[in-house]
Amino acid sequence: MAFEPSRRVFQLSRKVTSVVPESCLLILLGLGLGGIVLAIAKRAEYQLEPSMFFLFLLPPIVLDSGYFMPSRLFFDNLGAILTYAVIGTLWNSFATGAALWGVKQAGLMDAGVDAGLMDFLLFGSLISAVDPVAVLAVFEEVHINETLFIIVFGESLLNDAVTVVLYKVFNSFVEMGPAHVQATDYLKGVASFFVVSLGGAAVGLLFAFLLALITRFTKRVRIIEPLFVFLLAYMAYLAAEMVSLSSILAVTFCGICCKKYVEANISRKSRTTVKYTMKTLASSSETVIFMFLGISAVDTSKWAWDTALVLGTLLFILLFRAVGVILQTWVLNRFRLTPLDRIDQVVMSYGGLRGAVAFALVILLDGDKVRAKDYFVATTIVVVFFTVLVQGLTIKPLVKWLKVKRSDHHKPTLNEELHEHAFDHILAAVEDVVGHHGYRYWRDRWEQFDKRYLSQLLMRKSAYRLKDEIWDVYCKLNIRDAISFVDQGGHVLSASRLTLPSMPSRTSMSESSVTNLLRESGSGACLDLQVIDTVRSRRDKEDAVMHHVLCGSLYKPRRRYKASYSRHFISPSTQERQDKEIFQQNMKRRLETFKSTKHNVCSAKSKARLKKDGRKKKKSAANAELPNGKPPRSVTWQQTAAVLVAVDSDDEESDSSETEKEEDEGIVFIARATDAILQGKKASGSLDVCPSPRIIPPSPTSAERELPWKGDRGDLAVYISSETTKIVPVDMQAAWKQSISSLESVASPPGAEPGPHAKTVAGPAPEERQMMPEPRTCFQFPNPLLRSSRSQSAGSPERTEQPELQPLMAPDEHGRMSTSAGPSNSRWLIQFNRPARFSDG
Amino acid sequence: MMGDAIPAKEADHHYRIMGFCCRGSEIFTPATCTPPPPLFGVCKGGTRRVEALQHFLSKSVAFAEKLPFVCKDPTCLIVSHSQITRLYSRFTSLDKGENGTLSREDFQRIPELAINPLGDRIINAFFPEGEDQVNFRGFMRTLAHFRPIEDNEKSKDQNGPEPLNSRSNKLHFAFRLYDLDKDDKISRDELLQVLRMMVGVNISDEQLGSIADRTIQEADQDGDSAISFTEFVKVLEKVDVEQKMSIRFLH
Repeated sequence: MAFEPSRRVFQLSRKVTSVVPESCLLILLGLGLGGIVLAIAKRAEYQLEPSMFFLFLLPPIVLDSGYFMPSRLFFDNLGAILTYAVIGTLWNSFATGAALWGVKQAGLMDAGVDAGLMDFLLFGSLISAVDPVAVLAVFEEVHINETLFIIVFGESLLNDAVTVVLYKVFNSFVEMGPAHVQATDYLKGVASFFVVSLGGAAVGLLFAFLLALITRFTKRVRIIEPLFVFLLAYMAYLAAEMVSLSSILAVTFCGICCKKYVEANISRKSRTTVKYTMKTLASSSETVIFMFLGISAVDTSKWAWDTALVLGTLLFILLFRAVGVILQTWVLNRFRLTPLDRIDQVVMSYGGLRGAVAFALVILLDGDKVRAKDYFVATTIVVVFFTVLVQGLTIKPLVKWLKVKRSDHHKPTLNEELHEHAFDHILAAVEDVVGHHGYRYWRDRWEQFDKRYLSQLLMRKSAYRLKDEIWDVYCKLNIRDAISFVDQGGHVLSASRLTLPSMPSRTSMSESSVTNLLRESGSGACLDLQVIDTVRSRRDKEDAVMHHVLCGSLYKPRRRYKASYSRHFISPSTQERQDKEIFQQNMKRRLETFKSTKHNVCSAKSKARLKKDGRKKKKSAANAELPNGKPPRSVTWQQTAAVLVAVDSDDEESDSSETEKEEDEGIVFIARATDAILQGKKASGSLDVCPSPRIIPPSPTSAERELPWKGDRGDLAVYISSETTKIVPVDMQAAWKQSISSLESVASPPGAEPGPHAKTVAGPAPEERQMMPEPRTCFQFPNPLLRSSRSQSAGSPERTEQPELQPLMAPDEHGRMSTSAGPSNSRWLIQFNRPARFSDG
Repeated sequence: MMGDAIPAKEADHHYRIMGFCCRGSEIFTPATCTPPPPLFGVCKGGTRRVEALQHFLSKSVAFAEKLPFVCKDPTCLIVSHSQITRLYSRFTSLDKGENGTLSREDFQRIPELAINPLGDRIINAFFPEGEDQVNFRGFMRTLAHFRPIEDNEKSKDQNGPEPLNSRSNKLHFAFRLYDLDKDDKISRDELLQVLRMMVGVNISDEQLGSIADRTIQEADQDGDSAISFTEFVKVLEKVDVEQKMSIRFLH
């Protein structure tokens, strides 16, 4: 109850931030703070100093955005990003500057604004750049789809180079005085643009290379690994700044390019450190910047207001950005697979936020040379405030109103993941059939180069480990599970809930519906929000486990179309191994198809076999329709399928049980022969149709111990909802209850708690029950994963990781083994996981 | 205009449609066609030209065989001349037997397909039911599934036949890769087979089984432990199929 007020505050703040972007709040806060300071000290104490901004505040933000940039997405859209960044910014600054000059010439502006064409162009250049900080702050909360996001954000990152170059060129022109500017100076200006931007990128690449190389040799000094990342990135920034190249580009490219190698080289703890330190630094800088913007704005001594200038600037930047976006998109759409539609263009035009970069640049102006500086400062502040406050506030409703395709933050379902993978394979195949080599061809070439030389040079040998992602995720999940259990102090949990994390598949639908039901009903028994949340998160974790198992072992299509945030790279060895594997499988299949069409034996055989399996009724029926006397040449899908199935089940049986073998001599021979060929490389050379009983839980007793929670959910499922229970045969429930009744007496949950717990977990039980024939395969999903991979993949590369992993895995196993152990168990978990806490995340 | 001209004097003149030309009943491929194209250049689905084309095709069966998209709906005719030419030359280069059709072996010779886990399934998708040869038309018809959907097509009236590259046809193409026995359901076995193809060997069958079970559970709505096409569509409704099943080349 003591937490009641604070909870209120948090709820309120959540409501506020869901409407108002944080950047707006920070600026308002800064305004308030600045007002207080001004009122007390009578003068503005704190200012956003350009040097501080450029040297200390900007680099972390840029590094963060570069390092965590989804590089695939970025490079896929590089053309569009570069167009908007370079041409768009040039257009914006020239058009804005010229138009303002026109307004001035028309006599609409106050005479106090003492500025010529060059001054206005200078102002146009600094005001036209979209600001990465502001864009990031606002767009991250809007959750627009990732293509749009990467284009706007990438543009804002890269256009800085253009802005800074333009700014410097015009600044020097202004300082020289327009009269003295020669034609060669213009040429120099153009040339310096290329030098500054390309040079900045080159410096970034150089430092990325150095950084990757250094992290390759930090095996014995793990503790300073993160330091190198920050140090070298910052050195890239300073080095570029020193030789007056684009420092932002340097850091951005350093971040983008080093990530792959650095991540592979440094230890897991270092990775976590880098990640969180970077994020923390970036968000601190961002906070400071916006606060200072607010504070600085209060200082009216630097202001000189001219309505025409302010309104003109606002109008022109909006107008010209829109015009620029529309024109460029029109051109770009001719080359894009997915054109940017009108709504995207609206969001892009409207999302052109100006921010601290413009402000810092305008403060940097030399007041003696640029006589209208005070007017420009005031205008810039107004523009920044207008774009961040007004546009930032309204962009969310706008996005909603226009129904812009958002990035859906629903976890991809298993189906989506699978089928999308299939789509990728299909597309790759069709492209190969068509013989089409587009710009992806070059990406392939680059990847080959990378695989052959760069990765060899920059990655540790041990970084070629297989599947380490999966294992990492696995450890993490286990640790998190254990920690969450410990954090709850056992006062919520009964011993049997220990097994929850490893609970088998549950459908998300029923799960969420149960959760909703609980939320809505709000009955006293389930008010503990923590319980609900943990249950939810556990389901998420399960999903995560499943996804990561899949994403680790699904064959990667040669060309992935959609880059994802989490997997940026395919380790080269995986690619090779995968190619070999697929090749072998395909060849095997072809061989079999070939044989079957030649001799036409297998279809009959397979029919016989198919009928044995109860679940394959449909298929066998379809096969029966197949005319046996078909010309051997024509291979249909059905026949192929039949052959596959036949071989599969043979594989399985030859592995496990010897039943029903005699009648299939001929085909067994085929299957074994091919199997034998492949045995060296494959753990199970099969397309098993049924889960093979090869991996059985170590002992019946351990299986029995798992029963309590199964039954626990099972017998409570009855009163959840008619929808979920209708599938469950009543007699089965009874059987379940019986089978666990004895165990329940040992590990009975505390009386107060079973309500919510049981309810939340009970929903999906029926689905599991449908799979009664082989309960083990589905009931203890994560665990068999560990066990089987360990037992099966002996000699495979991840074997090397096991010593490190075992302790992390252990809690889970022990937890489930000793479900009835109660408190002692939890103590055990504490011991085990406290040290591991650091590596969580 | 042009459309009118063709039926009027079709017998003894020589025409070119989409790079192919003919004189009388003789057909020349784009490569052998002299003087070089284009007369019809891009055939952009205007009904007039389509009618003319169809009339023309009805006169010459051989020609019709060689031409792509002689499907009756105009929408699948929207393929540019240069693309047809390129695809045709690709087709002929794949056709080692030089008999105007492709066999499975021709496809299997494509090296990249051998390392595509679904390669053979996709090869099969090119072949019509019960046949093991595919002509250029069939080839193009399959490829037409992967043409991006254009804006002007989206708004098209719903009365006409559905173009091959519609969302549902794209999905159906993928669905058929799973559904081996053509019962319009993906059974657990069928799913497992595909899974096994797509997944590395270091996943145990047991895990694979539970993945398959879970996948089916997720999609299954009518409780038959299989994924029907409607369920398949439903489960992928959030996926941008139009984009993910399109190739720019066929634009």
